[in-house]
Amino acid sequence: MISRNQLKRLHSTIVKPYIYNKGLRSLCSTSIKFHRAQYDTKQEPETHFGFKNVPESMKENLVGQVFENVATKYDVMNDAMSLGVHRLWKDHFIRTMAPGPGTKLLDVAGGTGDIAMGFLNYCKEIHGDASAQVTLLDINPKMLEVGKKRFAKSSYNHTSQATFEIGNAENLSSIPSNSFDVYTIAFGIRNCTHIDRVLREAYRTLKPGGRFMCLEFGKVQNPLISSIYNFYSFQIIPVIGQIIAADRDSYQYLVESIRRFPSQEQFAEMIKDAGFTIVGDGWEDLTFGIVALHSGFKL
Amino acid sequence: MFRASSLSSQIHTRKFLLANLSRNILQSNLHRDNKNSEVIPIRTNYTSSTNSQISNLEKCTLAVSSALTAFCDPGRGDMIATLGETTGSIFINRMRDHMLRDKTGRRILQERPRIHSSTIDIPYLSSLPLGTFGKEYTNFLDGQNVTPDTRVKVQYIYDDELAYVMQRYRECHDFFHALTKLPANVEGELALKWFELAQTGMPMTLLSSIFGPLKLSSKERERLFKKYVPWALQCGSQCKFLLNVYYEEHWNKNIDEMRNELGIYLVD
Repeated sequence: MISRNQLKRLHSTIVKPYIYNKGLRSLCSTSIKFHRAQYDTKQEPETHFGFKNVPESMKENLVGQVFENVATKYDVMNDAMSLGVHRLWKDHFIRTMAPGPGTKLLDVAGGTGDIAMGFLNYCKEIHGDASAQVTLLDINPKMLEVGKKRFAKSSYNHTSQATFEIGNAENLSSIPSNSFDVYTIAFGIRNCTHIDRVLREAYRTLKPGGRFMCLEFGKVQNPLISSIYNFYSFQIIPVIGQIIAADRDSYQYLVESIRRFPSQEQFAEMIKDAGFTIVGDGWEDLTFGIVALHSGFKL
Repeated sequence: MFRASSLSSQIHTRKFLLANLSRNILQSNLHRDNKNSEVIPIRTNYTSSTNSQISNLEKCTLAVSSALTAFCDPGRGDMIATLGETTGSIFINRMRDHMLRDKTGRRILQERPRIHSSTIDIPYLSSLPLGTFGKEYTNFLDGQNVTPDTRVKVQYIYDDELAYVMQRYRECHDFFHALTKLPANVEGELALKWFELAQTGMPMTLLSSIFGPLKLSSKERERLFKKYVPWALQCGSQCKFLLNVYYEEHWNKNIDEMRNELGIYLVD
């Protein structure tokens, strides 16, 4: 089969008349065949996986493998990488949510259950409420296992306040529409292949008046902090990943995926496009923009 | 289609012919060593990591932190492996050159055999008579309840050949145990590390040999330095370079005969 490059070169070279006459018909037929073949084998759309580009269908599997590898050491690594600051972010997240008694939370990509646990603790401590409910949903069975074990060791193991489900954020077929008060996705949405589908499902599953909240890594504006952050991300975090979790590649993916995620402004636009009403900018920068708390209401 | 490709070749005749000519020369180069015209297997059964190279700063950080982690938690074999990869650059080159100087070593570098439960037939080896190399090896594996699949893949060496040398060195570790008849407890492993230090000179072996004994009791340490270390240094420096042995071809060989040939004597 003649290659596209050869074809280009052919067209650009000055061809002698006799070869031109002889070859033209076959050349035409070849080029037509080539074009038809091109439409037949339509190339699969690609998406980003860290700094690499992969076919869309592969991304879910690759991300699944990453989280399978890191599941057992996920919490330890979070503490090590963020020097404990991730707890402050999540605590601020729950306080911003300020759930009232009896709130029903859908925690998507809940994984090891930081937000779900924090939510139940908040309701218990602030309101003395034991009727708050959380559905912890995650696409990765290993991460969900770690979450279940954690809840089994907590004071919620004999209550029915926490339920666990395996599901894909892009297609929450098991969740009925208009059923939850708050939808949260913390540090999960950048791993999804189609962010717009996730947002649409979030909109569908929320009750009218419900709140969508998303905690995600964002872009840092301050140049000094940005350079320190980049250095830390690319030089220190993979080393920590190798030492603690014996898996450098997964943490390399993590820091690269942060860079490929849309900026806070772009993501706020996407949230608006999904139908949510945002207040003010729609997001709040935490720690100089390293993390952003996005929020939208279904009105 | 055929006509179009001959058309392009007519237009680019010179380039085409030249490319073919060099390809032909290369072919003959490949076959030079072989008397029969058997095609040498392509060495794609081992390639180094395709990740982007780590910076020097990261390499230093990794070396120091893996050394500390390995010292605090000796069970982390992958940390020793990382330490070896990040500190070993010159010495792996020397090991590769050592292999190139020997005929069998050259063959190993060319064919790149791997030691994995899928490439070596362990049930067959355990069926061999007692006293053969294969049987001793499987006895060692069963005694320690390990398989040859536990070796970490080389991550931080980006040249195919050097990465293979490191991988082969890692995979042959159990063979060294079988040949020197050292047990796989802490003492035996340290003695073997001294042996490997004498053979390869790698900084990772030096660091393990110096800081490893700190974890032993004083009596064990005394025994190590009185009995094992002199033996390891003497035997390691005088015997044949053990990476130049094609172990997969010697399963049936009597192990004492093999030890004699290689110049290995056992610890008394």
